[in-house]
This record gives sequence, structure tokens and C-alpha cells, in this order.
Amino acid sequence: MKALEINDLHKTYGNGTQALCGVRLEVNPGDFYALLGPNGAGKSTTIGIICSLVNKTSGKVKVYGVDLDLDPATARMHIGLVPQEYNFNIFEPVGEILINQAGYYGLPRKLARERAKKYLKKLELWDRRYNMARELSGGMRRRLMIARALVHEPRLLILDEPTAGVDIEIRRSMWNFMRELNASGTTIILTTHYLEEAESLCNNIAIIDKGVTVEQTDMRSLLDRLNMETFVLYLEREINELPDCGDYHVRLVDNSTLEVDMHRGHDLNGLYARLSECNIKVVSMRNKSNRLEQLFISMLKTNNQK
Amino acid sequence: MKLSAQYNAFKTIAIKEFLRFIRIWLQTVVPPAITVALYFVIFGELIGSQIGDIDGFSYIDFIVPGLILMAVISNSYANCVSSFFSSKFHRSVEEMMISPLPNYIIVAGFVSGGMLRGIVVGVAVTIVSMFFTRLEIHSYGVTITVFILTSILFALAGFINAVYARTFDDISIIPTFILTPLTYLGGIFYSINMLPEFWQQVSLANPILYMINAFRYGLLGVTDIDLATAFIIIILFITGLFIFALQLLNKGVGIKP
Repeated sequence: MKALEINDLHKTYGNGTQALCGVRLEVNPGDFYALLGPNGAGKSTTIGIICSLVNKTSGKVKVYGVDLDLDPATARMHIGLVPQEYNFNIFEPVGEILINQAGYYGLPRKLARERAKKYLKKLELWDRRYNMARELSGGMRRRLMIARALVHEPRLLILDEPTAGVDIEIRRSMWNFMRELNASGTTIILTTHYLEEAESLCNNIAIIDKGVTVEQTDMRSLLDRLNMETFVLYLEREINELPDCGDYHVRLVDNSTLEVDMHRGHDLNGLYARLSECNIKVVSMRNKSNRLEQLFISMLKTNNQK
Repeated sequence: MKLSAQYNAFKTIAIKEFLRFIRIWLQTVVPPAITVALYFVIFGELIGSQIGDIDGFSYIDFIVPGLILMAVISNSYANCVSSFFSSKFHRSVEEMMISPLPNYIIVAGFVSGGMLRGIVVGVAVTIVSMFFTRLEIHSYGVTITVFILTSILFALAGFINAVYARTFDDISIIPTFILTPLTYLGGIFYSINMLPEFWQQVSLANPILYMINAFRYGLLGVTDIDLATAFIIIILFITGLFIFALQLLNKGVGIKP
């Protein structure tokens, strides 16, 4: 049984805009799944349909084997959503937002209070429980939405750009929290424009463009498709001319920085050996650009040419 | 969703709605009480003393039921329309839409909020009226039933208004141009028997007339219209509006693209 199964999903808005033209997705239980695509690709519409916030035109959505059309209540019980934009009443106290959300899922008041306490503490918002939501900072509001999405303990958590606009420190702590959550068995679908975030967190990936699924695979196989990666090497001492590196395509960026294009089949050990022979020591290195980003852009280009 | 879970969900919305208006009681409960007190002073004490009796009651006694019900009508409507519209505006309505809540629980929850505000304000206005007149309730059963049914009816109407509303202007158009005129022309300040025959017939098309008269019967024991007809009309309106509100939510009108 899949955690989420979407088949041939179509959505045409009232003004005639075709947002989805046959999206298909398969998310396995326990996945940390990246749903990527450029702006306007149809990610938010897809999420909206899964979460019953948007009416679909046609297609099938199943959540843990439950058809959203046949048994929407059970399907919704499994889903938690952290939307892209704030969607809570800013004039409500933080604690009440969570207690009410738990109540909407049918939890008795006492249990709702316990759950609210549990997740407010986990998301470090317990001290703010009596504050009105409008008094929270941007990062706290994001954490509030995560706590709210978890209060009924869903099996499938959908995070629509959860780290957009938050500082590095909070982003890192949110990453850790999401990892822990996934490790504890919650299936996570993540949409993000930070591709390093998707690469670092997710094990499976789908790319949507112009309302269709362009790619759906696991992260490892996708990254393996990269034919060439460019690395930047920082050298211990300055050099004036390019060393002889044989088959490796090396460029001198400045006196202490080299760039090397690594084609599939090449390995870094060979390059290091060559550089050692020339008495050049590498002190650090990095990818010139994010690997997923390179693939993402090339896939979108290919899709545009179709 | 099990029945017990549905009950918990309904209770959650009802408590949330109650806290929403009671937290700002200075804006929601006090103003109608002051407005009605002014009506009592101006129409009851100052002008009423010049008018004389209607249906065997002093003018101030005669207008008490209408004024109480007017407060119930406007407040139950206002609560539901502002609450549901602001939840659309803040998009917090999505909290309910993604949950397994059946739509009838959403309608019932918001309506209960409107009903509670109608009741709280109605009780406040009744207490104020006791400073100006001596209330002797003719029929507790009729009074309480009409009181509650009217608040439900107008809470439902407010909910439907909020579903269609796209701007804050849209939530004030119906109260200003339809609800207030119908309420004032619904026999709060006069008996329709005082009108010419033609206008009496026209007044019978105003549903608020039936509610005010049924409530007046409950309090004073006098009415211009048949009580059974009044109850049938109120219940038909409630049923019709509830079904309509439910259909709007089922289709996602105003909330789902």
C-alpha cells in the first residue's frame, strides 16, 4: 500500500487555466519525498487537491489506500499540512490554535490539550502558548504551523516550502526536526525551492513542470544521471601555472583555486594523486553548483523543448 | 468520523466561536445593550408617553419584545457573517477544510456561535429592559423557543452571506439594505393592525413580522398573526437555509477554487 497514490490528476480553474494535465505520483510509506518544480508548475494545486482545499477536475487520489472521493474523512485523518502561507487566525492565542485543530479531528478536549502541550514543547513554543499568533516572529509562525499539522499525529505530513524566509539557524533546526519525524515513521512530502534542502533531506523525488510529472525516481538514481560535476579546489599555496593533470579538465580560477570538471568514470583520487605529484596540496573543496540544481535545470530545459 | 468525534469537533467550533465574541464583549455585547437602552428612553419614555396604549399595553411594554428580538437578529447574523468571513479572509477556514469534519458540523458549529451571541445579547438587552418596564412573561415555552429559533435562522443567513462575500463591504450590504429595513418594518414599533389594508398584506410577506409577533405573544400574550403559521414559517426558513448552506459548502462555493 502506498502512502500516496495520484493518478492522472487534472485541474482546470474557472478562468480556463490548466494547472494540472495528468500528474501522477507514488509515495511509499516512510518516504522523505521531494516534490519539486518551478513556480506555477502545479505543486501547490496538487497539494491543495490532496488536502481537499482545491476541487479536482478529474483523476484519482488515494491516501494510505483510501480513495479521497469515496472516504474523504478517513483519507484526511492521515494527512497533516504545513502550507506555504500563514493560514491561522492571528487574533487567536497560540495554544488555542492547536487545541482547536486537534478538536477538528475529533479529539476530546483533554487529549487535545495534552497534544497541544506536547507539540508546542517540541517546537519550542510552549512559553508562547498564551500569546496571540500575531505576536510571533516569522520563524515561530512557521513552527506553529508545523505543530498544528502534527497535533492529530498524521501518517503523511505535507510541507509546502516550510523553510521559506526563515534564517539559517532555524532552517537547520527544522531540518533536524523533520529528519527525526521521518525516522519515527512519518511519511513526509516536501516542496521547496532550496534544492540543497531537497538533496540533503529526501530519498525520493518527483519533478512537476507545466502540470505534468516530468520525473519520479529515487534521489540516488537521479543524481547518478549527472554526467559531469564541477568541483572547486582550494590550494594550500599559490601556483602560477596550470599543473599537468592528464585527462582531467582543470582550470585555474586564481592563484590558489582550481576548477575541475569530473566526468562520469573519473574519480577524485586520481586527480589528487596527479596534484600531489606536482607538489600541490588541496586544503578544501566544494561542488561548484548544487548537483540536483544542475539536473533540475536540464530537465526543465528538456521539458520546454518538448 | 465517529459520532463522538463529531460531537467533540462541534464542541470545539462552538467553544471557539463563543470565546471569539466574549473575548471582545465590549464590542459585541455592550453596544447593543446601550442602543436598546436609548430606544427605551426615546421611543418608550419620551415619545411613547404621547402615543398611548397598543393592544392594551403601554407603548414601552409593546416595543420590548421587538427590541429584544431585533438585538438577537442583528447579533446572531453579525456574529456568523463576520466570523466565517474573517476565517475565509485569514484562510484559517482551511484548518477545518483539511480536517475530516463533515460540512454539517462546520455549519452547525458556526451557527451555534451566532446563536450563543444572539442569546447572550438578548439576555443583556432583556436585563436592560427591566430598568424601563416590568416584564411578565406570558409563555416561557413560546418565548424561549422563538428566541432560540430566530437566532438560529439569522445565524444561518449570516453564514450564507459570508460564504458568498468576497470583501468586507459584502458582509455589510445585506444587513444594511435588507435586514435592517425588514426588521424595522416587521412590527417592532407598531401593530400591523394600525396599517391600511394594503400595507397589512404587504407586511405579511415579511418573515421577520412572524418572529416578532410570535415573540411578542410569548412575552405579552398578544399577536397580529397566527402562532402556528409563525412557527411553520420559522422552521421552514431554518430548514431551507441549512440545506442551502450545506450545499454551498459541499460545492466549495467561495472557499475552494
